[in-house]
Amino acid sequence: VSSPGKGLSEFVAEATEILDALSRDLLTLDERRGQEADPDLVNGIFRAAHSLKGLAGMFGQDRIATLAHASEDLLDRLRLGKVELSDPVLDAMVESLDVFQALLSECARGEATPLVAERAKELAARLPALAAPQAAVVADLLDGLNLDPQVRAVFTEYEEHRLRENLRKGVGLWRVRAGFDLSDFDQGLARLNGQLKPLGEVISTLPSAEPGDGSGIAFDLIVGSRSARHELEEAIAGLPASLAPLAGEAPDAAAPVKAKKAAGRRSRKAGAERGGGQAPALQVDEPGRAESGTQPGELGRARLGASPQPGEPGRPAPSVAPQPGELARAGLGASPQPGESGRAAPSVAPQPGESGRVALGSAPQPGNARRAGARPPPPIEAEPPLDSLADADELPAVAQLPTSATARPKQEFDTSLRSLTQTVRVDIQKLDSLMNAVGELLLVKANLQRLAESARQEGVHPVSKLFGQELHRESRSLERKLDELQKGILEVRMVPLGQVFDKLARLVRRIAREGRKEIDFAIDGGEVELDKLIVEELSDPLMHLIRNAIDHGIEPADDRAAANKARRGLVSLLAAQKGNHVVITVSDDGAGLDEERIREVAVHKGLITEAQANEMSRRELQNLIFLPGFSTAKAVSELSGRGVGLDVVKTNLAHMSGIIDIESERGRGTSLTLTLPVTLAIIRALVVAVSGRTYAVPLNSVLEIISLDAADVRTVERREVVSLRGQTLPIVRLARLFGLPERTLKRHFVVVVGLAQNRLGIAVDELLGQQDIVTKPLGGRLRQIPGISGATDLGNRLTVLVLDVGALMEEVISPERRVEFL
Amino acid sequence: MGFKVLIVEDSKASREFIASTVEAVPGVEAFQSASGFEALKILPRHRFDLIITDINMPDINGLELINFVKKNPNYRDTPLFVITTEGREQDRAKGLALGAAEYLIKPFEPQSLEGLLRRYLKIT
Repeated sequence: VSSPGKGLSEFVAEATEILDALSRDLLTLDERRGQEADPDLVNGIFRAAHSLKGLAGMFGQDRIATLAHASEDLLDRLRLGKVELSDPVLDAMVESLDVFQALLSECARGEATPLVAERAKELAARLPALAAPQAAVVADLLDGLNLDPQVRAVFTEYEEHRLRENLRKGVGLWRVRAGFDLSDFDQGLARLNGQLKPLGEVISTLPSAEPGDGSGIAFDLIVGSRSARHELEEAIAGLPASLAPLAGEAPDAAAPVKAKKAAGRRSRKAGAERGGGQAPALQVDEPGRAESGTQPGELGRARLGASPQPGEPGRPAPSVAPQPGELARAGLGASPQPGESGRAAPSVAPQPGESGRVALGSAPQPGNARRAGARPPPPIEAEPPLDSLADADELPAVAQLPTSATARPKQEFDTSLRSLTQTVRVDIQKLDSLMNAVGELLLVKANLQRLAESARQEGVHPVSKLFGQELHRESRSLERKLDELQKGILEVRMVPLGQVFDKLARLVRRIAREGRKEIDFAIDGGEVELDKLIVEELSDPLMHLIRNAIDHGIEPADDRAAANKARRGLVSLLAAQKGNHVVITVSDDGAGLDEERIREVAVHKGLITEAQANEMSRRELQNLIFLPGFSTAKAVSELSGRGVGLDVVKTNLAHMSGIIDIESERGRGTSLTLTLPVTLAIIRALVVAVSGRTYAVPLNSVLEIISLDAADVRTVERREVVSLRGQTLPIVRLARLFGLPERTLKRHFVVVVGLAQNRLGIAVDELLGQQDIVTKPLGGRLRQIPGISGATDLGNRLTVLVLDVGALMEEVISPERRVEFL
Repeated sequence: MGFKVLIVEDSKASREFIASTVEAVPGVEAFQSASGFEALKILPRHRFDLIITDINMPDINGLELINFVKKNPNYRDTPLFVITTEGREQDRAKGLALGAAEYLIKPFEPQSLEGLLRRYLKIT
């Protein structure tokens, strides 16, 4: 199909939205494994696949369209009750989502690798087998329901199926007729739906074809509910709606009333419910009792009934087969606990058709052998388990892993959690308030222009006091409006962390299953908002930390039991806002770090000397895991191109002016705390002076400022340090670092900065104050100057250099130097 | 000159693709509805010469919309095309039974839609 190339970004944007929705719904479905699936949820997932197929077809994305087609078929059968929601089906859907994401991300990059194509093809070929019909065709219950053929004509296959399902389960069917004004009927319907939804299922919404007076419109809602009539009537009380039973039998054919027939076996409960609104004529009828509905005359124009059929013999008996949900429950045994919201409770059994692992980089791994044996070999792209670091050193290279002939050559591809689109959805109200702020700024501008004009005409006369006051007032007003505008723009950039958390929850479930770990995943703080840029940058480091927690933190269930711990491990991801920072904690209740092993590895690899190791505190030892070269990931990355060690996590965080801290207790667990600024777009900076020059230090990395007597500075191993609350803090003199003439001062100010787990004191002469700055990159040759991240305009026409705290730290306490200095 | 065509389709990208195809025909103006509800609201406000609707939509389905249009004396003479996806023969058959004039199966070539438009709007 021909389609304009410019539309590709539109395609990617909409497909991303569809996949996001699909991912959310699948996660919900997955969390409720074993329970009866919510038909709306299943239908939503079907609709997503359906939309994706149509969309991909329109844009000539055949690879996506083909797989979407196969998924849609399976989901269609699922929602129509032709296939049961078994684990393999659910797993296949989750796998499809992964492949869709890989396909889409290739599409966004303008690539089409045979690897991903092969995976998609293989999956698409596998899906039809799952969609094979299971149940024999049962007599159509709908034929027993006296529906106006005209009404039946507008039901889609799905709606018919839902009608059948409700009948089969003996759920009462009702018709709710509602009239609304044409201008706001959707809101009215939403209210009505909101009232009815808790009591049952709104199967269909039919606009009445009868021409109204032009300003109104009527709808018939077909509702399945086990509630009694009076309960339903209460629910719609106050709304312009009336209720009539649809499935029930009226033996009295004299009245101008349409007969309804009970096609399902009414539960005993239904009998009791009948004490409600009306006095039904009960009659003993096969197969169960039937219910009659005597309606007010209003029903004369009801289109839903047909002629009454008294004493109709041989009505098809309702099926008594157990419901799919029950079967699924029985089959699943000890699966997730219902009602454990916010926690994914993955099952432990390995899934035959389970998708590949989550790759952290982009290049595919050749011939992944991870699934070769019955037990997965040790994970390779992350750190070795710290419990067994000695073994980890001998971790075989990927190519040497045994590959069994029977192993499916599973291949992995880029499933970075980053979004494919660069867009932010913005609440229109936020844009409106921005627009207002701009409007007010224009007023201020007009006032200032007028003042400037009058000053120009007055010529050289000294400005009057009144003029000065007015100018001052306007400039204050300008400042306030600009603040407002700035705040508004920052707000627009904010997105909730939940966007990433949702993706991570799905990931956890999968990693846990692959690693055969029993894990509960707790999430809190998804509503905390951060700059879109940071949220995007954060997703991959978080994924890595969580992966580490599961792969290396949580012990196998048996080991846990032996250590008197709960068999199920707990990994939690918590976020909270603290002032201008957001603190995210990834913790596990696993084995914890083994400092002795860390020390052995670090010394063995030459990262530190034996002597240094002896001087290190526990905390310092733990922090060694952030050193480049500590993890074995590097060796793997050369082969697979996607290994990410904790050092990379640390570097990524440092780019966002973030700090990472580790706290671990052997046997109790590990907790990593990430502290991040809320935004990077406009930052507050501390303005300092050294030897008469001015510099700006981003305030988000400033921990504290101390005043220091020159005598407090000691020199340890050729390096200046001070003692700060018992801890040794390395000091760098900015003047010396930049080769400026040093002043001899009795007292220095030391700006203590922290990035990742490092702390550094920067000695300066003067503190000039705080200011909001927008950092501009230095052009051309100046770009590579270490220690400077850019320049900023301080407003008084003074352009100053902004210190790059991360680079300064690297400069001063990089691991190489650490060896040399310590 | 001055034909108005209503497109009812919940997928924005598909909708715009159809709209651009429709507007490629000289003298035709495309109106877009993202849902059946939107269509119900926009219908009384214009006199449409042709309606194109998807079947699978979130609020009211396309069949219900066809039924609504074809039962209403104000709209019943407006030709209506159904867009369905492959494999949904039952929905398609129902659409035609309810009075849809033509159906298109996604993905379709712009030329085939253009040909149908010209035929029904009698544009040469």
